[in-house]
Order: sequence, then structure tokens, then C-alpha cells
Amino acid sequence: MIKRYLDIIAELASIIMVPFIFLFALYVLFFGHHSPGGGFQAGAIMAAAVILLRMTLGREVTRKKFPPRAALILGAIGVIIYTGTGLVCLFAGSNFLDYAALPLPWVPEAGRRYLGILFVEIGVFLGVFGVMVSIFDSISREPLE
Amino acid sequence: MKWVALAIVGLFTLFMIYIEFGMPPYGEIDSPASTHVSPYYIENAEGETDTPNIVTAVLADYRGYDTLGETTVIFTAGVVCMILLSKTIKDD
Repeated sequence: MIKRYLDIIAELASIIMVPFIFLFALYVLFFGHHSPGGGFQAGAIMAAAVILLRMTLGREVTRKKFPPRAALILGAIGVIIYTGTGLVCLFAGSNFLDYAALPLPWVPEAGRRYLGILFVEIGVFLGVFGVMVSIFDSISREPLE
Repeated sequence: MKWVALAIVGLFTLFMIYIEFGMPPYGEIDSPASTHVSPYYIENAEGETDTPNIVTAVLADYRGYDTLGETTVIFTAGVVCMILLSKTIKDD
């Protein structure tokens, strides 16, 4: 089992790069309406950053900041956000996932659908991010941990 | 038993290859894919959803059910990985 990649260059490089990878993931998420990107891609990039830290700084340090259980809980929250957006539309008197029915009367209809897509993408983002980190933690942990 | 499975898989492969010849040519204008919904998406997606990226509009709005299913599948895969791999092995 990989404990930690002991190398000061890899450690420093990843520490410097990870904030920018986080920012890029958020950019891909929120700019997915206008350019290639979206929830799936942004979640994969964000998870790659966390996994990079797990490999260079070691699990003991990074698991305190971001425990494996929190990753799966984040994934569940993502699915709940997605389903919740659909249910809000359902209770507002329209079809499931028909974002034009979102209860935001001051936004025009096209804007409501824009926001609906954004909420759903955030749900997908959290789901993919949490699940990828959780799978990495599952396959890289100690047998008797 | 192994040969029966192999024969079934082989027959199915031949069947799929045979079906492949019935598909419309790639990029044909008269094929069902380019006459049914694609023109609607290209003409109306930006006006209806305020989203210039048609792929995102189709993925999350017009085909929202699909994406919900995909997210659920990914989440289920994560849960199953955790359940299968977090089983502690005890020394006998």
C-alpha cells in the first residue's frame, strides 16, 4: 500500500498547484454553460487535486482535513441536490426536472432554466467529486484499518 | 457450458454486425437523428435555456432524467466500493 511519496519536489509542486487546480475545477463547473465543461468534468478535476494531495502529503495529514467519510457524504448530498431540484419543480406544479417551474418569479423563464441547469450541475459535481475520492480511499487503505 | 456461452456471444456479435449495415450513413441529412430532435435543439436551445452550450442544455435540461440516472449510478458504484473494500480481514 502506498503510504506517501517522499520527495520534497513533488510535495512542494503539488502544494503550489492544488489551489489552482481547485480554481480551475470551479471555473469548469460555473463556465459549463458557455464552454466545454460541466459537473462531471469539474468533479473529476477536483477529485484529482485531492488525490494528488493524498499521494504526496500522506494520508495521515490529509485525512484529518478531509476524512473519507465526508467524501461519501458529499456525494450523497450531490445526488440529493439533483433530486431535490427535480422535486421542487414537481411541487411547484410542473413535471419532474422541468426547471421553468422553479419558484423564482423575478427571473425570466429562460433564466430559471439556466439556474436549474446550474443547480443540477452543482449536484453532479459534488456527486462525482465525493465518489471518486471515496473510491480512492477505499482501494488505498490499510487492510486492517 | 462454456461453449454454449461462447456460441451465444458469437451469435449476438454476428447479429449486431448484421444490424450495423442497416444504420444510416454517418452524417446523412435524411437520417432520423438529424431530422427529428437535432434541428429543434440547434434552433431553440439557446433561446429557451439561455445556455449557449447546446451540449450542456441537452445534458442537464432536455435529458435531465438521463443525467440523474448517471449520477445515481456513480454514487451507487462508490457505495458498493466502500462496502466491498472496507470489510476487515481478521487473522485466524
